[in-house]
Amino acid sequence: MTDPLERTEAPLIDVRAVCRTYSRSRLPLRRGTRTVHALRDLTMSVPEGERFGVVGESGCGKSTLLRLLSGLEAPSSGSIRVAGREIAGGSPRQMRLLRQQMQVVFQDPRSSLDPRMRVRDIIAEPLLEHSRAAARSMAGEMLEAVGLPPSAGDRYPHQFSGGERQRISIARALVSRPRVLLADEPVSALDVSVRAQILNLLADVVERYDLTLVFVSHDLSVVRWICDTVAVMNRGQLVEIGPVERVYRAPQANYTQALIAASPSLRSVLAAGPDDPVARSSDDADPEDLEVFR
Amino acid sequence: MTGAETMLRVEGLDVLGAGATLVRGMELALTAGERVALIGESGCGKSLSALALLGLLPEGLTASGSIRLVGVEHDLVGAGERQMSAIRGRRIAMVFQEPMTALNPTMRIGRQVAEAFRIHGRVRGRRAAQAAAIELLERVRLPEPGRIAGAYPHELSGGQRQRVVLAIALSNRPAVLVCDEPTTALDVTVQAQMLGLITDSVTETNAALLFITHDLAVAATACRRVLVMYGGRVVEAGPVRVVLSRPRHPYTLGLVAASDLEPLASRPGRRTRLTTIAGTVPAFGDRATGCAFRTRCPSASSVCETDPAWSQTGDRGVACWHPVRAASDD
Repeated sequence: MTDPLERTEAPLIDVRAVCRTYSRSRLPLRRGTRTVHALRDLTMSVPEGERFGVVGESGCGKSTLLRLLSGLEAPSSGSIRVAGREIAGGSPRQMRLLRQQMQVVFQDPRSSLDPRMRVRDIIAEPLLEHSRAAARSMAGEMLEAVGLPPSAGDRYPHQFSGGERQRISIARALVSRPRVLLADEPVSALDVSVRAQILNLLADVVERYDLTLVFVSHDLSVVRWICDTVAVMNRGQLVEIGPVERVYRAPQANYTQALIAASPSLRSVLAAGPDDPVARSSDDADPEDLEVFR
Repeated sequence: MTGAETMLRVEGLDVLGAGATLVRGMELALTAGERVALIGESGCGKSLSALALLGLLPEGLTASGSIRLVGVEHDLVGAGERQMSAIRGRRIAMVFQEPMTALNPTMRIGRQVAEAFRIHGRVRGRRAAQAAAIELLERVRLPEPGRIAGAYPHELSGGQRQRVVLAIALSNRPAVLVCDEPTTALDVTVQAQMLGLITDSVTETNAALLFITHDLAVAATACRRVLVMYGGRVVEAGPVRVVLSRPRHPYTLGLVAASDLEPLASRPGRRTRLTTIAGTVPAFGDRATGCAFRTRCPSASSVCETDPAWSQTGDRGVACWHPVRAASDD
């Protein structure tokens, strides 16, 4: 398979001074709009082969970033280059090539898989340029790669559990042999035992197919396990970036420290003395969070 | 009220429906001020058990067994809707996962909280109820409670909405508070605040708390005791730190191992694989006979085709033919 995007020494993904604003009506029945700054002056780069995590809470801009990277939306200002090529304002053909190179796995496999299509067709759908038979055989291969039996191809999404559906999403993402896998909270909707299976699978396929991984999550402990580097975001801005172990053990930004303190791991909870009071930060309700006062 | 008073006693609770037993033989006693976690993965029956306690089972499902609540003469199992609506929200209250669906979107917050008082006749008069509502909003640590009372649910953040739901649940000082994944939909920093608020509130009112969660760290943070459910049955119970540090049931052991994302010391060498439980949680209809976990259990044998009996030792209990033996036991 020829590679339309050349391999380069420069970072594979290069985000420079990107802003994204949305204008949103203030409240129903009220006039005027306000501008929401989803991303403010974001600059970061991801080298080829890296497992890059983006962590933050709802509204921090992590999903906006992912939509921009996957070419689903364009930045309001700034530049996003993938393999040296500007992706904003590309022709439909360029965007198609980009999307083939950058595939996305979403959080909720219930809503991201077409309920009326058989699993084999869902997986084969991106393979437009191949013959039907070749596409089907590649889909079968992908099913096997994600740990599903070949018979799974004949069934419909609703016949699978959440974890199996996420395997199907991963198979569909991988079938066009992308260079980058973008994962948006891919394990947040899963049960604990299944989450571990899917995380193992993601780590396996990233290694097996030499992928660059961009993994967006609210959960720093998940990112710590699967990623090398983490960018912590808050309110549309990058607050900290570095090797994930360093960030986890010695967070520099106040926000990162708060995030880690608020979500202790089971190990650290059990290691703390019996009946250790619940982490207490109850009285610091942040006025910025209060939509009603805007 | 003494600290050891039993607020809720559940004996042999079954939930039946669609030709299957969805929850089987649940036993549970909650004392005043006690905080108990009910953990397990989706489909294990934990939410159904909670709905059965409140008499809110979906159409077509029935409960059998016994549910006794302090200060209530009759059994909650088999009680009519009229009896239950006098109890629900007054003696036993519930906080659900999704605060937006628990609130009426067309009603100001203050009126919704006041309604909870007025329905059960605790506060008479509109103005008095409104004042009590604002006081309660302040108790759940909402800033500027007067302004929040005048707001509609969509104007609040998810964390604020969940505080309002908690305020409504606490409005009549219930003997038992049931929380079903109350922090799952919240951001982690808001989640920590909410957990602190819930535990403080039950301590303050000396209520018993049944806290349903899939998150083991949350269970260990918020509660003292834990019940682990699988396939509609409580498979292990005991003090939360002991059970999660030294599980006896292979399912609990698997859950704890799968939750552990801490990379081992071998980093930065090759990434360690996470421990998983093989397979997935079976649907209600596909549960195995005997021990429901045997289809996924590494130590299953033919004896597991028979339902294991509950075996209680001191403050812990387990239902398993092949309980895990830790080196630190005996």
